Amino acid sequence: MKTLNRRDFGVAVAAAILLPVTTARADDTNMEVHIDNFVFQPPELTIKVGTTVTWTNRDDIPHTVVSAGKFRSKALDTDDKFTFTFTDAGDYKYFCSLHPHMTGMIKVE
Amino acid sequence: MSGHDHGDDGVSRRKVLECMTWAGTGVLWTITGGVPRSLGIIDSAEAATAAAPGMTFLQISDSHVGFDKPANPNALGTLEEAVNKINAMPAKPSFMIHTGDITHLSKAAEFDNADRIISQSKLDVHYVPGEHDFLDEEVKFYRERYGRGTKGAGWYSFDAGGVHFVGLVNVVDLKAGGLGNLGAEQLAWLEDDLRGKSKSTPIVLFAHIPLWTVYPEWGWGTEDGGRALEYVKGFGSVTVLNGHIHQVMQKVEGNVTFHTARSTAFPQPAPGTASSPGPMKVEDTKLRSMLGVASINFKQNEQRLAIIDTPLQG
Ligand SMILES: [Cu+2]
Repeated sequence: MKTLNRRDFGVAVAAAILLPVTTARADDTNMEVHIDNFVFQPPELTIKVGTTVTWTNRDDIPHTVVSAGKFRSKALDTDDKFTFTFTDAGDYKYFCSLHPHMTGMIKVE
Repeated sequence: MSGHDHGDDGVSRRKVLECMTWAGTGVLWTITGGVPRSLGIIDSAEAATAAAPGMTFLQISDSHVGFDKPANPNALGTLEEAVNKINAMPAKPSFMIHTGDITHLSKAAEFDNADRIISQSKLDVHYVPGEHDFLDEEVKFYRERYGRGTKGAGWYSFDAGGVHFVGLVNVVDLKAGGLGNLGAEQLAWLEDDLRGKSKSTPIVLFAHIPLWTVYPEWGWGTEDGGRALEYVKGFGSVTVLNGHIHQVMQKVEGNVTFHTARSTAFPQPAPGTASSPGPMKVEDTKLRSMLGVASINFKQNEQRLAIIDTPLQG
């Protein structure tokens, strides 16, 4: 079990406040993408407007998460996270600017 | 001598000759009449004798100073071992090139530590950056230290011992889904840089990511590397040196010899033999046989070139 760092905790609290208590399911507004073995997992994700996606790098090698003109993470070392909240619908193609053969897609409906 | 012999006879100068050597203690290459020929796997004792006269320079690569994961918790320590090995060489090389990934996370302290160890070799070092050296937000650490007198993101050329050396940068402005990238500006500069050079001038191109397509599934190649190779086509002797893939791999095509060097930090798997190109964990006792340095020797009048890979151990 991993300890929650302060930033994760903040995200979790914010999500809890925004959702009506009865339907609150963390999955609805917070989605996770993991980087394992130079692959974004899942490579494609369909979410609703307002969802926050958190990428976690589980490799021993740094990676980035970049969607041209939309978002750009710093280099994520092992276990570093990057979060982005999608406020507009659309298809967001993204990639790792260090290993450009790594690509992914977020579909926001 | 055992091993790897390409076409003693029947290989015409124009015929494309291809060969790959995945690993080994060392591989000695000679060029006779424009056709490169591998003399086989040699040990470092023979290498030292073979490399006696002529100009010798060294290549080190992928030091990844700052890397501290299980594949090698002390990347700075193995870099120091490599430098000690260099200092113990019987003949002092003319200079050294470093083909990138000096650091792991482009931190100032990592660059400082790398400098402190590498400078103990007391050799001039010519650097090109790897993608790990360009991770700071403004990409200023690499450029401030090594970028003086270079063009664009850090490319340049110089002459030594009758050989024309060109350091190229193929780790910036990478496109989604793509491979390494040189870019139009650098290619135009390269074409210009080579213009007017006598075709008998030996050319050495060096860059971080291989300029030839090693394994595109893992991004091991350069999108527009073929353009660079077009420009050196007419030259009699061309050597292309890279790092990035942390293992020895060689290919000979016409008058061009491609060679990738070992890392001084951690090994990476051979193409397709693992689920990713990430650091390869090997037994402690095996690690040093998979790290090392390369020395390259030119005997110009004999049209001979030899590349000798020396592992840290074994
Ligand atoms: Cu590397």
